[in-house]
Amino acid sequence: MEALWLSMKLAASVAGILLVIGMPVAYWLAFSSWRGKFLLESLVALPLVLPPTVLGFYALVAMGPRGPLGKLWIALFGHGLAFTFSGLILASVLYSFPFAVQPLIASFEGVDRRLLDASAVLGAGSLRTFWRVILPLSLPGVVTAAVLSFAHTLGEFGVVLMVGGNLAGVTRTVSIDIYDHVQSLEYGEANRMALVLLVISFAVLSFVYAVNRRVWTPWPAK
Amino acid sequence: MLRARIRKVRHSTGASSFTLDVSVEVSPGITILFGASGAGKSTLLDCLAGLTRPEEGRIAIGKDVLFDSAAGVHVPAPKRRIAYVFQTLALFPHLSAEENVAYGLRDLPEAERRGQVETILQAFRVEKLRRQKPGEISGGERQRIALARSLVTEPRVLLLDEPLTGLDAELKAAIVDDMSAWNAAREIPILYVTHSRDEVDALGERVIALDNGRVVSSGVPMEVLNAPRRKKLAQAAGFENLLSATVLDLREADGVMRVRLGESAACEIEVPLGYAVAGSRVQVAVRAGDILLATERPRGLSARNVIDGRIVSLEQRGTMVIARVDCGVTFVAHITPGAVRVLELTAGRPVWLVLKTHSCHLVD
Repeated sequence: MEALWLSMKLAASVAGILLVIGMPVAYWLAFSSWRGKFLLESLVALPLVLPPTVLGFYALVAMGPRGPLGKLWIALFGHGLAFTFSGLILASVLYSFPFAVQPLIASFEGVDRRLLDASAVLGAGSLRTFWRVILPLSLPGVVTAAVLSFAHTLGEFGVVLMVGGNLAGVTRTVSIDIYDHVQSLEYGEANRMALVLLVISFAVLSFVYAVNRRVWTPWPAK
Repeated sequence: MLRARIRKVRHSTGASSFTLDVSVEVSPGITILFGASGAGKSTLLDCLAGLTRPEEGRIAIGKDVLFDSAAGVHVPAPKRRIAYVFQTLALFPHLSAEENVAYGLRDLPEAERRGQVETILQAFRVEKLRRQKPGEISGGERQRIALARSLVTEPRVLLLDEPLTGLDAELKAAIVDDMSAWNAAREIPILYVTHSRDEVDALGERVIALDNGRVVSSGVPMEVLNAPRRKKLAQAAGFENLLSATVLDLREADGVMRVRLGESAACEIEVPLGYAVAGSRVQVAVRAGDILLATERPRGLSARNVIDGRIVSLEQRGTMVIARVDCGVTFVAHITPGAVRVLELTAGRPVWLVLKTHSCHLVD
């Protein structure tokens, strides 16, 4: 159960961080007219196609005591980043980035441009237009982004193993725990954890699809 | 006074591009911007509002320069204080009518803001809808709320892009009255896009006619729309008969020329003298309401054009009957149901059409 709690904590932190940093990135990707935008779009989508081990490997190298991030971390906090919970959060943020950013881009782009024009001619700058118009009308996308990055982080394995290792209470998440149980032939224990993860994942996805099918919305669709 | 000189190239899909190249002056009061769809009306409004940046030109309200390509000035839309009511209205769907109207008033103290919102909601007779969302109210009420939302900000110029499309005449007239009443005290320039002839007649003090990105004429509505110089404009201004013709001869002394409509020799009419030579092709535009129908050959008329033909069809539309008459070319004439009854008009019956020379307009 410690592993489940740790996974939840990790997933919630990652989802929270991704909403905060994902929004400006998604805003820029949705509205910029820069021709080289596709480069950043590709970069954001990279974790979707890379094996988690590749991402985990580079994250580990960067976070190691001789890597740039690791050095910076040691200078700031006096200890390394690899094999810590903070390191795990950082790597997971990178790994789940597209799961947060892509639904945000899609929902920002879905807002009628004339509403943004209307906001502008009524005297609102970009920031006010974002808070008063784009964000409220993108709520299903925001919910999707938060929930998907939460769920994706909950189920990650490769990156955690590379960056976090397997320290009980620090970096041993549910997926690692299940793997451990299987390795020790404790199938009953593994099944219990796996089932919990399965149910949570199904519930989360049902919620996302319900929101996007407008089964549940904050206001009438029209 | 709003003065603008704008050149804006719009690249559409494919290789074609559209160039808006106009110079307009909008003085206080309502000026109609008239033109067929695709003429560049919305592009012009977008440039004025600051939503689109022109390649070249200058836009100023009085002495205040909003855009000047030469000086590198481009005041962004939120700072222009130009109100713009879009064709789609663009009411915020997640905000109530009241919140929509208050949207542009954020710099005011709460009490004052509430007072102003209340006043404008009453002026446009929508105070009962203040808590409703745009999705829950009717078309005409939405249009009123969109107007109220724009006007409550006390703009320096008002741009209206077909804001009353789809409303019946009575409702339109009521909204137009409310808007005129609002502007009576303020006298700001209002640029009103429409291609409805009724709205032009009801509102227009001045008209600017746009075609293919150029101003083709401007002035008072009677001059601009009753003598359209371009085919597209003629169609848009409600000239039901647009016929191609060949010039036969010019009679400068009488100020007229004779033209043959279509290929039939029987159908020759006199039209006002235009820039043409014998043998050249011209377009003649005639309003269906300007054509008289007679069941016998009329005599002793000042009208110079009497053409014989046969009724092809009669179609009743409200209080009007649309008669199609074959005279070698087909004319459309509007007559009253009473006339149809008294003259016993039926399809197949021979009739004579009477056209005044000056009801026949030459268009390019």
